[in-house]
Amino acid sequence: MSTTAAPPTREVESDERHVYEPHRVGLPPIGPYLRALWQRRQFALQMSRTTLRAQHFKSALGQLWLVLNPLLLTFVYFILVSILREGTRGAEFFAHLMAGLFAFQFVSMSVQQGAKSVTKSGRLILNTAFPRVLLPMAAVMTSFMKFLPTLLVYAVVHVIAGLPIGLHLLWVVPMIALLVIFATGVAMLFSAAQVYFRDVASFLPYVMRIWLYGSPILYYLHEVPERFRPIIDANPLTPVLAAWSQVLNEGRVPDTMLLVWASAWAIAAFVIGGLFFISREREFAVRL
Amino acid sequence: MNLPFGSNSTDTFPMADTADASASGTEARAAMIESPASAMTPSSTPLAIKVDHVSVTYRTTLERRPTLRGTIRRMGRRERSVREIKAIRDVSFEVSRGKVLGVVGSNGAGKSTLMRTVAGILPPTEGRVEVRGRVSTLLALGVGFNRELTGRENVVLGGLAAGLSREKCYEKYDEIAEFAELGEDMDRPMRTYSSGMYGRLAFSVAVNMDPDILIIDEAMSVGDARFRRKSSEKMRELCGQARTILLVSHSLGSIRALCDEAIWMHQGELKMWDEPDAVIAGYTKFMDVREDAVTLEDI
Repeated sequence: MSTTAAPPTREVESDERHVYEPHRVGLPPIGPYLRALWQRRQFALQMSRTTLRAQHFKSALGQLWLVLNPLLLTFVYFILVSILREGTRGAEFFAHLMAGLFAFQFVSMSVQQGAKSVTKSGRLILNTAFPRVLLPMAAVMTSFMKFLPTLLVYAVVHVIAGLPIGLHLLWVVPMIALLVIFATGVAMLFSAAQVYFRDVASFLPYVMRIWLYGSPILYYLHEVPERFRPIIDANPLTPVLAAWSQVLNEGRVPDTMLLVWASAWAIAAFVIGGLFFISREREFAVRL
Repeated sequence: MNLPFGSNSTDTFPMADTADASASGTEARAAMIESPASAMTPSSTPLAIKVDHVSVTYRTTLERRPTLRGTIRRMGRRERSVREIKAIRDVSFEVSRGKVLGVVGSNGAGKSTLMRTVAGILPPTEGRVEVRGRVSTLLALGVGFNRELTGRENVVLGGLAAGLSREKCYEKYDEIAEFAELGEDMDRPMRTYSSGMYGRLAFSVAVNMDPDILIIDEAMSVGDARFRRKSSEKMRELCGQARTILLVSHSLGSIRALCDEAIWMHQGELKMWDEPDAVIAGYTKFMDVREDAVTLEDI
């Protein structure tokens, strides 16, 4: 044992101070929460990087699958639609289909991986105190890293299909931002729900399948028969996907109404999902 | 426990040697405590941890895996799906900066829950916990490792989750890898690790994170005899530094050797808070076990 009677005074490096107090269903102090969240942003990034690496570690084609997967999926749906439409579709529609599918796949993967993110990290949650919202956020980040290379694939198709190239393509950036905000919101919502009802993640693949068919991807929005319009319009992804297609496929600035609705849905999903998650997250350690 | 090299003359550390554990342990502790009477009175040193009338009540579902179907069925029968478990009841204690607090108690006494509450993982149902400084934990129910990832990735992720910067993580990484003696195994997925390797890495992560407050929950003896010796020495070194440590252990020998104060938890209540000797005496008497080779053993 140390022979010094008075131990050397060790400077406390961090002037951190934590206070833990009871709560029912309420929000933790939001300022410190956001600070802790920002301080650990590297964690989410690292988490998604390692997940990405681990996922394609064993397959022969490795990271190439990140591009092959969505490409093959587009071909499958293109063949399906061509058969149903008796082959009247050309390169332009192929580009529309691909752009829509890639965007949808990003949201779908974010939500499905996000839903499992909390229950999957049980051990980490039981051993370390950190803002739990980092977990669904990391899942969205992983999906986003898979989404980026597919944009390059699309760019090639866009050029080959001879679609317009111009400054209007800058609209892609805010469109992607809206997709990310929306996906994060829904991922937070479902990941918290998954803690309470473990069936959520099992239902999701079917929900996402129906959602895909109800989105203007396998068809153009203006082709939807009048009697189905209410259903398609109620779909939270319709505005952003329709605007996405207007920018990429029609080569024009998207309709204002579509932008307003897309933003409204994204913000609503983010706020509702975030509030639900954060107000519940301190209970997760007991529920896992 | 008498280790194969227990009689090694270089081993002066009492934790690993049962035979003279109590004797040299007491000396060691006496050397560290400035004023033994300070245990119950607020001292002049700043507080690192203040636990104030804390209760933790779990509301657990009856099913292990809650499902929608089960909930709907119970709602149909108007049954309550939750049951309350009072894991901790009205516990108050303080730990001054630089002190080592031992925690003893039988299984299910609420020790682990208490440690999680201090670490900020479980919120208290009543009362208030105040902690000054960055906490690193080595808790009983498994460490936060993802078995699919490599040892290296887990170390970095764990550090980032604990709030370290990326640079600091990489800086610490070498120390951790060296201490754990895992070599090239650090780049293999952790599912390929033996339980000893797993435990070694967990221990090195917790003790090498350079925390202000270290919480160790019954995870002291991992790995082979040599690593146990090494981890014991590391613990002694950490306890000697002015670092605040909470140490949960069933090994009364290490509690006596390492701690300045001790608390005894029983069925969620704080039964005693005093010098280690007094607490151990009370605890062993209550449990009706003698202080023998088994209870002193570092397990």
